[in-house]
Amino acid sequence: MQAVANEFKIPKENPLAKPPLIEGEQSFSTLTEAVSVVVEDKTPRNWYIAFAISVLGTMMLGGMLGYLVFTGVGVWGNNQPVGWAWDITNFVFWIGIGHAGTLISAILFLFRQKWRTSINRAAEAMTLFAVACAAIYPGFHVGRIWLAYWLFPLPYNQGMWPNFRSPLEWDVFAVSTYGTVSLLFWYVGLIPDLATLRDRATTKMRQMIYGIFSLGWRGSNRHWQHYEVAYLILAGISTPLVLSVHSIVSFDFAVSKLPGWHTTIFPPYFVAGAVFSGFAMVMTLMLVARWALNLQHLITMYHLEVMNKIMLVTGSIVGYAYSMEFFMAWYSGNMYEKFTFFNRAFGPYAWAYWTMFTCNVVSPQCFWSKKLRTSIPFMFFISIVINIGMWFERFVIIATSLHRDFIPSSWGYFRPSPVDILTFAGTFGLFMTLFLLFIRFVPVIALAEVKAVLAHQQHKAHGHAKH
Amino acid sequence: MAENKIYGAIAAFKSDTEILEAARKVRLAGYSKFDCHTPFPVHHLDQAMGMKRSKLPYFIICCTIAGFTLGLLLQWWTGAVDYKLVIGGKPLFALEFATPILFEASVLLTAFGAVFGMLGLFNGLPMFYHPIFNAEISKRITDDRFLVSIEAKDPQFDATKTTEFLQSLPGAEEVQLIEA
Repeated sequence: MQAVANEFKIPKENPLAKPPLIEGEQSFSTLTEAVSVVVEDKTPRNWYIAFAISVLGTMMLGGMLGYLVFTGVGVWGNNQPVGWAWDITNFVFWIGIGHAGTLISAILFLFRQKWRTSINRAAEAMTLFAVACAAIYPGFHVGRIWLAYWLFPLPYNQGMWPNFRSPLEWDVFAVSTYGTVSLLFWYVGLIPDLATLRDRATTKMRQMIYGIFSLGWRGSNRHWQHYEVAYLILAGISTPLVLSVHSIVSFDFAVSKLPGWHTTIFPPYFVAGAVFSGFAMVMTLMLVARWALNLQHLITMYHLEVMNKIMLVTGSIVGYAYSMEFFMAWYSGNMYEKFTFFNRAFGPYAWAYWTMFTCNVVSPQCFWSKKLRTSIPFMFFISIVINIGMWFERFVIIATSLHRDFIPSSWGYFRPSPVDILTFAGTFGLFMTLFLLFIRFVPVIALAEVKAVLAHQQHKAHGHAKH
Repeated sequence: MAENKIYGAIAAFKSDTEILEAARKVRLAGYSKFDCHTPFPVHHLDQAMGMKRSKLPYFIICCTIAGFTLGLLLQWWTGAVDYKLVIGGKPLFALEFATPILFEASVLLTAFGAVFGMLGLFNGLPMFYHPIFNAEISKRITDDRFLVSIEAKDPQFDATKTTEFLQSLPGAEEVQLIEA
C-alpha cells in the first residue's frame, strides 16, 4: 500500500510550471544595463565588418535598380509567358518575412504570451525592414518608376483614378497600410526605451537625439494609462491587418483565372506560410543577435523552443495546404487544373517543387523531437532551410503556373538574368544594413515590457514562497 | 526658494509594490493633483491613484468611422462619378470589391487616431521640458525608480506638510521640493 502511495505521490515541482522568461538574478537596473550597454558601448569591430559587407550589398542593389531604370525591365529575365517571376516572388517572400514581427507583437500580445517581450522589438524591426525590401519590387516592376505615383489615388492632370476593382490596387493599400501601422506600432513601443537611453546619455548629442525621439516621455502614470489603451488597440487592429495583408497578396493570384492560382485556399495558406517563413527569419537573426550581443539570459532556450513549435505548426499547415491543392486539382475534374499540378510536381520545375516540399514540409517535422528543438546549431540550420523553402514556394506558385500557357506554342521556361540574382542579393544587403543600424542605435529588447515581466515574475516568486 | 516657483514635491520608491501603497495613501490623504512616474506601467496603479478609465477609445472609434467613410467615398466617387470606366464588365461600384480597401482605410485611420491621439491629444507630447526633470532622481524613472509627485497647485499642498507626509510613506527616498 505504501509503495502504491509513493508511486502516486504528487511531485514537489509542478511539471506544468513554465521556466522563467528572464534567467538569473536580475533587477530592473541590471536589465536596463544589459540592454542599454549594447547601444552605448564602443562599436565592436565585427559590427563594422558586417556593416561594410551589407552596405556593399545595398550599393549593388542601388546599382542594379539604377541600371533597370535607365535600360528597362527587360534586364530582368521576365518574358512571356512568365511575366511575373523573381520580382513578385521576392515581393511575396519579403512581405511574408515581415508577418512574424506583427504576429509576435500583436497576436501574442492579445493572447498575453509574455515570452514575446524579449523578441518583439527585433521582430517588429525586421518587419519594417522586410516591408522596405518588399516595396522595392512592385515599385520597380511597373517599369517606369517615375510614374509609380499612379498607384495611389492622387488628383493629377490626367484626371484618371486607380482601378479599385483590381486586387493589385488592394495590394497597394494593404502593403502601405501595413508598413505605416507597423512603423507606428514599433515607434510607440520604443518611446519609453528611447527615454531610458536619453536619461543615460553621456554626451550632449545622444541626449538631444534620443530626447527628440522620446518626445519628453516622463513615465507619468497618467500617460501610461492612455499609452496602454493605445497599444492594446494597435495590437487589436494589427491582428486582422496582418491576416488581411497576406490574404490580399494572395488575391493577386487567387482572383485571376489562372489554373494553379485560382484557388480559395490561398488566403489562409499564404498567411500560414508567411508566419512560418517570418519565424524562421526571426530565429536566424535572434540566434546571431543573442550570441553577438550577450543576451542569452533574455532570449532564453524557452523562447527559442516556443518559436520552433510555432514553426512546426505553421509548417504542418503549409504541408496540409500543398496536399489539399493537389486533392482539389484532382477533385475539381478540371483538366487544366489537373495538368498544372501534375506538371508542378513532375514537369520541368520539379526540382523547385521538391526543394520546396523538402524544406517546408519535411524539415520542420524534426522539431517533434525535443532534443532537436533545443539544439542551437540544428535550429539555426533549419531556420535557413525553411527560408530557402519558402522562397521556392512563391517561385513555384508563380513560375510553374505561368510557364505552361493554354496554347502549347506559348510554352516557355523562366531563367533569371544576372540582374535578377544581384538585385535579390542586394535586398539582403539592404535588410542587413537596416538591421545592423537598428541594433547599434535602438534598444533591441523592449525594456519597459521586460521590466513588467520581471515584476510579475518577482511577485509570483513571493506568492509561492508564502504558501 | 520663493513659494510661487515651486512645482511640487516628489518622493522616490524602489519597487512597484511600494509605489502602489504610496499612491493609495496620497489619494486617501486627499490630494488630487498628483502623479506617479514609473519605468513600466504598474498594474492597478490607476485604481490606487483613483484615475478614471481612459476616454481615448471614443476618439479612436471616431477615427475608425472616418477611415471607413473616406475609403467608401473615395472608391465610389472616383469609380462611379468622376471617372466612369467599365473594366472587365464589372460594376462601377460595388461593396464586394470595395471591401479590402474599406478595411485597410479603417485600420489606417484607427492607427493614426490611436498613436497621434494618445501622444498629442491625451498626453500632450512632445513636451521636452517638464519640472520633474529638474530633480536628478528623475533620470532613474526610466531605469528602476518609482516617483510620486504632488503638485503645488493642489489645494492641500503645503511645502513643509507635504514633504513631511511624503517622508512618512514607507520606502520613500529623496523627498524634495522641485522648481517649476
